[in-house]
Amino acid sequence: MTQLVPVLSAHWDEKDSFTIEAYTRHGGYKASQKALTMDPDAVIQLVKDSGLRGRGGAGFPTGMKWGFIPQGDNKDHYLVVNADESEPGTCKDTPLLMANPHVLIEGCIIACHAIRAKHAFIYIRGEVTHVVRRMNQAIEDAYKAGHLGNGVELVLHVGAGAYICGEETALLDSLEGFRGQPRLRPPFPAIAGLYARPTVVNNVESIASVPAIIANGAEWYQSMGTEKSKGTTLYSLSGHVNNPGQFEAPLGITLREILELSGGIRTGHTLKFWTPGGSSTPIFTQDHLDTPLDYEGVSAAGSMLGTKALQIFDETTCVVRAVLRWTEFYKHESCGKCTPCREGTWWLVQILRDLEAGKGTEADLAKLLDLCDNILGRSFCALGDGATSPITSSIQYFRDEYISHITHGGCPFDPVASTLFVGAGA
Amino acid sequence: MAYSTEDLVIMDSIIKRYPRSRSSIMPLLHFVQSRIGYVDGEGIELIAKLLTLETAEVSAVASFYTQYKRKSVGEYHVGVCTNTLCAVMGGDAIFAGLKAHLGVENDGVTADGKVSLEHIECNAACDYAPVVMANWEFYDNQTVQSAKDLVDSMRQGNPQPPTRGPNSLVTWKEASAVLAGINDGKAHEGIQAGEPSLLGLKISKEGK
Repeated sequence: MTQLVPVLSAHWDEKDSFTIEAYTRHGGYKASQKALTMDPDAVIQLVKDSGLRGRGGAGFPTGMKWGFIPQGDNKDHYLVVNADESEPGTCKDTPLLMANPHVLIEGCIIACHAIRAKHAFIYIRGEVTHVVRRMNQAIEDAYKAGHLGNGVELVLHVGAGAYICGEETALLDSLEGFRGQPRLRPPFPAIAGLYARPTVVNNVESIASVPAIIANGAEWYQSMGTEKSKGTTLYSLSGHVNNPGQFEAPLGITLREILELSGGIRTGHTLKFWTPGGSSTPIFTQDHLDTPLDYEGVSAAGSMLGTKALQIFDETTCVVRAVLRWTEFYKHESCGKCTPCREGTWWLVQILRDLEAGKGTEADLAKLLDLCDNILGRSFCALGDGATSPITSSIQYFRDEYISHITHGGCPFDPVASTLFVGAGA
Repeated sequence: MAYSTEDLVIMDSIIKRYPRSRSSIMPLLHFVQSRIGYVDGEGIELIAKLLTLETAEVSAVASFYTQYKRKSVGEYHVGVCTNTLCAVMGGDAIFAGLKAHLGVENDGVTADGKVSLEHIECNAACDYAPVVMANWEFYDNQTVQSAKDLVDSMRQGNPQPPTRGPNSLVTWKEASAVLAGINDGKAHEGIQAGEPSLLGLKISKEGK
């Protein structure tokens, strides 16, 4: 049985956990002091040795990303933290920043030292007013304490409601003051990122993991997790479970283990389908309860670890309704730059709406798959790819349910049964 | 002119946060909303003038992002998450219930100007589903009835406090100022984390 190991979340239960006093009480800002005495390349090497990989979805090794920044080029370098948490199901960075914004600031100081950057930006989504308050206050307090302003300037940049800005190059365009639309790569941000300068873009959780690695060493971090997926991470459990929430565990824990620890599926119900890492990761079923939730394990089982957003749906949920709603989301959030994504997601919605309403045919299923085939891998960024994941995976596992909408002439499910307040008289 | 000398000083300080001035368009647009309630032509022209841009360049940005409004919203702007997980768990029923209760459609405002309603996408609080936001503050674990009670409290001028947020709900314009990066001194208010955020930690401390 894998045990939970709170590192990032270790002090969230203290009422003042978000203050600089609480953070320093637990040794905060000592790791950055230590890192600043180290050679920048040694910091990069240490992060490489720790095995830390990106926690925003792609899983790219963090130290290697830092190592791509050209040195001695006499150009400004930038660190940009992606706090635009918007992938459906994903809810880890928001509680992290609400409970402990200083760990991210300390991670920024260390990362800036490593990549020789004097300027860092945190791009946070705009729909979280209180998190913006906490983050800005923390930055203000870190300046007053002298942690910021002595070599590193840090600016909080607040977004304005666009999922696409979680994509790193769209985020950079948005931060430069343009519409958030992805760029063609190469050049990658490490060569031409913010203001066409070498830039590292990392997820909140990746950067927030760095102070503990500096403080406790690469070996300590290496000792947790699996062969190629090291350390601990936040798993976010939501949906039809008795007790949803955040569970920090070594990479490789299984959904069965998390459900056993947390209290299982909603009482009296059974697991039907779930996402391992947000709506852009192909869905899983009961057959994947023992899949190790690390980068390799989830990938080998046909999906992606993504953001470890475990959205659980029980047998009361209509998979066609769920997939249609996700597809409507991708259609709404497609930035419109690339034709396959802009036009393709529009057509996906039309066909799925017909299918859900019982007006579809079996030929529509083939058409959906053909459309997905013409969207996947054919645009600048992965938004369109993500849009195809729930469709292709749900047709793979629940083709019969699509067919039953056709034969039934509509949705055979009662939407009330899937609500949290069923029977509560609401 | 809707902007005071003090406002222009604040806008100048927002521009100076960035190595390149154009990067300040988004916080400046949030600032315009904090003064006017939405992004109007005068705000666009002012930002264009301050940044030496064409007005078309500024409105191209303003029209891309859903949080920038083109007309007045309510003093309390209510968003109901109807992305898949929240929708399935009750968000659809809550949204339908609020539309009927308030007598408005999506993007509508009540006649008294107190409450506007919008269906929103995933707001990163899925472990608190179904989620309702007001002026982008969290109202967790809602039901149809609790959401109706919430908007009633707004219309009576005494809105319920957010579940995870400050001690009282600020207005749309005040929240927009926070998003523009202006400190309203409320960062220390409210809880540090809700129960679901702490569940893994609690279980771990129980030695499981």
